[in-house]
Amino acid sequence: MDLEPIWLSLRLAAITTILLLFIGVPIAYWLSRKQTVLKLIAEALITMPLVLPPSVLGFYLLLAFSPSNAFGEWLQAHFDLQLVFSFKGLVIASIIYSLPFMVSPIKAAFSHLPKSMAEASYIMGKSKTQTFFKVLLPNIKASIFTAVVLTFAHTLGEFGVVLMIGGNIPGQTKVASIAIYDAVETMDYVSANAYALILFAITFIIVVGVFIINRNAVKSPFE
Amino acid sequence: MIELDIKKKIGSGSASLALQVKTSFQSNSVTRILGPSGAGKSTLLKIIAGLILPDKGTIKFENTIWFDSETKYNKKVQERQVGFVFQDYALFPNMTVEQHLSYGTTDLNYIRELLEMGELDQLTHRNPKQLSGGQQQRLAILRALSTKPKLLLMDEPFSALDAALKNRMMKSLKLIFEEQKTTVIMVTHQDNEWASADNQIFNLESRGN
Repeated sequence: MDLEPIWLSLRLAAITTILLLFIGVPIAYWLSRKQTVLKLIAEALITMPLVLPPSVLGFYLLLAFSPSNAFGEWLQAHFDLQLVFSFKGLVIASIIYSLPFMVSPIKAAFSHLPKSMAEASYIMGKSKTQTFFKVLLPNIKASIFTAVVLTFAHTLGEFGVVLMIGGNIPGQTKVASIAIYDAVETMDYVSANAYALILFAITFIIVVGVFIINRNAVKSPFE
Repeated sequence: MIELDIKKKIGSGSASLALQVKTSFQSNSVTRILGPSGAGKSTLLKIIAGLILPDKGTIKFENTIWFDSETKYNKKVQERQVGFVFQDYALFPNMTVEQHLSYGTTDLNYIRELLEMGELDQLTHRNPKQLSGGQQQRLAILRALSTKPKLLLMDEPFSALDAALKNRMMKSLKLIFEEQKTTVIMVTHQDNEWASADNQIFNLESRGN
């Protein structure tokens, strides 16, 4: 059996999760502060991939990334970047698709922290940056871990967006979920079963991990 | 001396409250703020600290302007060098007792002195969740003192302490306040022990709509 689709899925999930960690934490912090109309709209947009059919998102990303359209043409002309049917395109699509899985748990954790905790740090002369790294971030570690695991698992199981953007190029865009679909199409149920079992096992371990983390995270820090 | 002349509308609708304070508090003394529940005592402390902005008015500390609505000047919280004991303690769950104090000062002797004063010197490596309510409250007081503030604001600082412990803490605190020439403003319901010729009482009346 060709294990490349499994490795490709794991690589895509790992890269997407690492990039999303750096993008998602500041966005989550910004959203958790005082509510404004702009933030409301931003949060709604970030949440859209949760409710939108992946094919809709994939379709619009395909249009945007296509070199025959303005944005895709600009990317190709200025950065020599071809996002359609490439691994880089999959990473960008996955970042957009998995954004709510990173942002929502972290935003909830920031909002749950008592306001006086940051205030106590400011009073002691600490800047907002010092307070963020020394007080706020360490106290939402469990939620960050949950968000990381959820984002990884969600990216691992991507299908619709990947199919629209990446197609089915071995070693490039043929991730495990596509390989299952491909195997079923060609009536190769043995391979489909093997890929499916491996994905099931990895995802099951991840979900069990999330439950274990959540059991502690839902408690208040002082309980 | 701290001079206040401020107005602040708290809340909205029928539950709103107009907090209006024009007074001055002497330096190097302890002022107790008394008043009915919901009169805005905690808000007043937060306004002095710079955590809440007044709608109008001025705040001066030792002839330095901290807030002036006319010139739209507001001295940053971080630059006011005040200490604050929060009613909910606002401890940092990720830090041990000792780390709470070293977050405010690098002076190890002073940290040791504070730990002994708060009778927490045997619990230095515990996290807040491993402390009792009274121990947490003492840690909140010690943390506020760690930066040696010129102005210390305390919101119900002894509510979780038993009488004997409270008396011991008060004696030690009086010494520290004298030594560091600290101006103290505290919201408290009891504690007549602080009543003396040098100290003041400020009655905050409720002005609900």
